[in-house]
Amino acid sequence: MLKFILRRIVFMIPQLLILSILIFALAKAMPGDALTGRLASNPKMDAHTLMELKHKLGMDDPLPIQYGRWIKGLFHGDLGMSIIHQIPVTQLIAGKLGNTILLGVAVLILSYLIAIPLGVISGRWTDTWADKLIVGYNYVTFATPLFIFALLVLFIFGFVLGWFPTSGSIDIQAQNGTFAYYMSKLNHLVLPAFSGAIVSTTVTIQFLRNEIIDTKLKDFVKTARAKGVSESKVYNHHIFRNSLLPIAAFLGYDIVYVIGGSVFLESIYGYPGIGQLFLTSIMQRDYSVVTALVMISGLATLVGTLLSDIILSAVDPRIRIE
Amino acid sequence: MKVEIINPKQQKQKKEKKHGVFSILWREIVKDKLALASLMLLGLILIIVYGTSLLLNQDKIVKVDLLSIYSPPSAEHWLGTDYGGRDILGQLIIGARNSFTIGLCITLLTGCIGLCVGLCAGYFGGKVDNTIMRVIDFFLILPMLMLIIVFVSILPKYNVFSFILIMSAFLWTGKARLIRSKTLAERELDYVSASKTLGTPDWKIIFREVLPNLSSIIIVNLTLNLAGNIGIESGLTYLGFGLPESTPSLGTLVSYATNPDILQNKWWVWLPASLLILVMMLCINYIGNAFKRAADARQRLG
Repeated sequence: MLKFILRRIVFMIPQLLILSILIFALAKAMPGDALTGRLASNPKMDAHTLMELKHKLGMDDPLPIQYGRWIKGLFHGDLGMSIIHQIPVTQLIAGKLGNTILLGVAVLILSYLIAIPLGVISGRWTDTWADKLIVGYNYVTFATPLFIFALLVLFIFGFVLGWFPTSGSIDIQAQNGTFAYYMSKLNHLVLPAFSGAIVSTTVTIQFLRNEIIDTKLKDFVKTARAKGVSESKVYNHHIFRNSLLPIAAFLGYDIVYVIGGSVFLESIYGYPGIGQLFLTSIMQRDYSVVTALVMISGLATLVGTLLSDIILSAVDPRIRIE
Repeated sequence: MKVEIINPKQQKQKKEKKHGVFSILWREIVKDKLALASLMLLGLILIIVYGTSLLLNQDKIVKVDLLSIYSPPSAEHWLGTDYGGRDILGQLIIGARNSFTIGLCITLLTGCIGLCVGLCAGYFGGKVDNTIMRVIDFFLILPMLMLIIVFVSILPKYNVFSFILIMSAFLWTGKARLIRSKTLAERELDYVSASKTLGTPDWKIIFREVLPNLSSIIIVNLTLNLAGNIGIESGLTYLGFGLPESTPSLGTLVSYATNPDILQNKWWVWLPASLLILVMMLCINYIGNAFKRAADARQRLG
């Protein structure tokens, strides 16, 4: 097991390296850096001061040196300065990361809370009206793009019914640490988390349903029944336990999904997280922030898939490939 | 589980039927009422969209009319107008045409790349397979959405074709994996070995013998992907990183909803486009799912 994890981690290193080179090359290829924008808005800044500024920021060094500096900074947790905000990128991201993690965790928990019971019901009572309803629900959520669903939810529950706040992550008046503060945070979280969760239930439900239907026909279940084990015990002890385990392995892939989804969710609900930061940074050509965010997402995706593989191999020893 | 008892007479009849890929797919669609309705609805939408977009004058639609800014639906403008007094219905039709065409292009392009790469990896195996799989593994860890956005925003001469190429560059891996795994299984079968012994060249085995056996899976995958690609395209356009402004997509209309005032008070601007995306994707998915059942003989209805 340890050997498998180690191998998997060693395998990650070249991937990370290529990823970092790719991202660095992209950042360098961006047309006009943040300073060009400043030049236009500030007529006092002439070409000479610009050159000086560029030199000071190390923007005119050869590319490999810049890359080396960037990687060195990466290892020290130094992601450079945001040229627009004039604060270190680490600080900028740290301020937003909390919100995104909160939203992501809420989406994941909600999605499992919805998906597991539905999957179990439709797997156990196949071909009943409940199962048909759930399969229908699955078709719809699978086909619905996240941004459309989120927009419709926002329109209906936020604007038409007015039940929930429509933008932001917290009331401005709320005092930090009070009960009202947390309630306001939760209140702002409901719509984005709910719309993210509903759309991401499909895979879990589908998988659970198929798994239960498959397991139902296995010999050990027949044996249990033949021995006179009660029906509820057959399901709870024998079938669900076997079918639920692989679901745990999806956790890592779900992290990947949540990262991608956060860009849409945060931009629609005006939720100040890293997805929104990414969009505004790319529009303002704040490339140190953009590269840092893409790098962090790539890292999170890697860790997510690694996590999935480890859980999967722990749950199912057959997958441990030598 | 339903066990069908087929008497010999029926069996004979079944054998006489054509068993081509398309006839199987068609039979499944006809058996599934919902899929048939979806197919008809989608056909209707496409005929209307492509038909009227030929007749529509795009210049007339994008012409700014300041006298009728944000007018609600009326007899003159069936779905009202936007911030420039432009007709929403006309934009909807052009947007739907662009979205569908581009989704289709991306699907076909990724299909071709995925097919070639997957077939090669699966058929030749060994070193070829290993190398290709390493590349695909690398693609899987990329934060795809973010990278597409970065690419879109840094390309100097950005147009529809570059958008299609960028999307395809990231989206072919899933298909390549699927086709590789199927080819890998197919390769072990006797007919391939027999062909090899007879001295058939590899490319001929791949394209004339293995490929037809994978056709149903490919069609299923392409159909489901088409819906997904339309979704991704309109989503990116919604965020402002999709199609350039000269080619409005359904996402362009939806993106007006980023303005809370429009989202709340001027539903006719963004809601029809959102619903149209939803309906199109549902239809394509239903059809795709019927195809999926047809591809797996155990699940067929008909």
